[in-house]
Amino acid sequence: MNGALPFIAAAALLALALGFLARRGKDMNLEQWTVGGRGFGSVFVFLLLAGEIYTTFTFLGGSGFAYGKGAPAYYILAYGTLAYVLSYFLLPPIWRYAKDNRLYSQSDFFVHKYDSPTLGVIVALVDIVALIPYLVLQFKGLGIIVDIAGYGAISSTLAIWIGAIIVAAYVMVSGVHGSAWTSVAKDTMILVIVVFLGIYLPIHYYGGLGPMFTAIDQAKPGFTVLPPHGQSLWWFSSTVLLTALGFYMWPHSFGSIYTARSAKVIRQNTIVLPLYQLILLFVFFVGFAATLQVPGLTGSDIDLALFKLSVKTFDPWFVGVIGATGVLTALVPGSMILMTAATLIANNLYRAVNPSADDVQVSRLAKLLVPLVALVAVFFTLKGGETIVALLLMGYSFVTQLFPALVLSLAHRNFATREGAMAGIIAGVATVAAISLSGANFHKLAWLPPQVQDLNIGIVALAVNFIVLIVVSLAMRLSAEPARAAAE
Amino acid sequence: MRSIRWLAVVPFLALIVGPFFVNRATPLILGLPFLLAWIVAWILLTSIIMAVIYAADPANREREP
Repeated sequence: MNGALPFIAAAALLALALGFLARRGKDMNLEQWTVGGRGFGSVFVFLLLAGEIYTTFTFLGGSGFAYGKGAPAYYILAYGTLAYVLSYFLLPPIWRYAKDNRLYSQSDFFVHKYDSPTLGVIVALVDIVALIPYLVLQFKGLGIIVDIAGYGAISSTLAIWIGAIIVAAYVMVSGVHGSAWTSVAKDTMILVIVVFLGIYLPIHYYGGLGPMFTAIDQAKPGFTVLPPHGQSLWWFSSTVLLTALGFYMWPHSFGSIYTARSAKVIRQNTIVLPLYQLILLFVFFVGFAATLQVPGLTGSDIDLALFKLSVKTFDPWFVGVIGATGVLTALVPGSMILMTAATLIANNLYRAVNPSADDVQVSRLAKLLVPLVALVAVFFTLKGGETIVALLLMGYSFVTQLFPALVLSLAHRNFATREGAMAGIIAGVATVAAISLSGANFHKLAWLPPQVQDLNIGIVALAVNFIVLIVVSLAMRLSAEPARAAAE
Repeated sequence: MRSIRWLAVVPFLALIVGPFFVNRATPLILGLPFLLAWIVAWILLTSIIMAVIYAADPANREREP
């Protein structure tokens, strides 16, 4: 037993208690369980959106990115902000359509817009393949945090099992209500802890932000600006644009829009969410403070920067408080992902083969699938090696492939046909997989100008997707014309 | 007032094109490297822009059910 463990255990118990309490007074049918009865106001919608964005990636990866790479980490600040701007125009029509047609998942949206359950199955499969590695990442982060912040008293394997059981339990009982309630605890803690660390550490070690960045610039010239090659300005701009488009294509983010009570709630959030992004700034400060204080971490170990520096700086009890915050940043997004994946399997895969299944059956199946999906994720966390990392890198690019078909479907007269949408998504996903698995990038094409070499390769997949979508849609429309004329 | 919506283009220009002109470490602004300060400033300005668009948008005047 040490000073840190009680705090970490308290965080886990708090999440469990809040998660169970969230159920009170609600009849947990599918509509309540997965989209909160479409009754959430600004605060809960904010917490859900923020809850999904500020994950273990933010906590460990954000500080690790700044620690290991410096300025390229800024892209995380920029793309989120632009995604919120887009969302002002993009999300209200999606919300309205989902409400009018009583949709539960992102896949449902495509099923209805394109009148095609098959397209729904394709979207659901893309979603699930992207979601599972994302869940694995949360569990992995949880294991690392408990291991380091608990000073090794609890192994990461045990921590992952406990975390998975807690999340699965409260998701089964309370669904999205559980995620919203636990978000309250998580976001309060992350706000207080991260802002404190981001202000205290630079002052403690350097005497302030200015002296810290001056010291870094002297020790590592060019670390706080984008480098001329590699993760250069061209990389930055193309990555910001691409990830801003993909942002709301994550099925759990997309689904949390459905919980809103009105379109106004969503628009209000686009004012506050950019400001909330600034929490990341303090995460970066921690990473920058660590570069000169705990140097030498390389490879995936850069993600340990925040905790290495914390352990060096603070008493065990306070490391425990930081660890407790970290545990919550894993559990809350984990719960959303788990619920979304279970809903997709039950509602869009099972229902596609069993069209006669009613909401009660689908709801029961979704809840039963929760522990199963958690188990699969735990398995990959403990056994999966490099494959899972590769999948994770692909995940964001996978869901981004849903963007063209989605945006076109919002137009009054949708140019894209269902065949076009399917072919585009499949072509885009195949391109992402081919590029990622072969390790291709523009740098291998030495004849390209250096600016083009630095562009994010994901742009290729999106372009392929778009072109295939247009060509196939056009072909279907042209071949449909004579048939229609003959019918008349 | 619908033309006010075009303000939404400005953050895109500032954060995607802007960095090409401000990719420098100094001068430090409130202790931040210049590029980082630029991005942070535009996050604040984006929030203000969204508030202006929200206030001007007639869709937000309807009462909630």
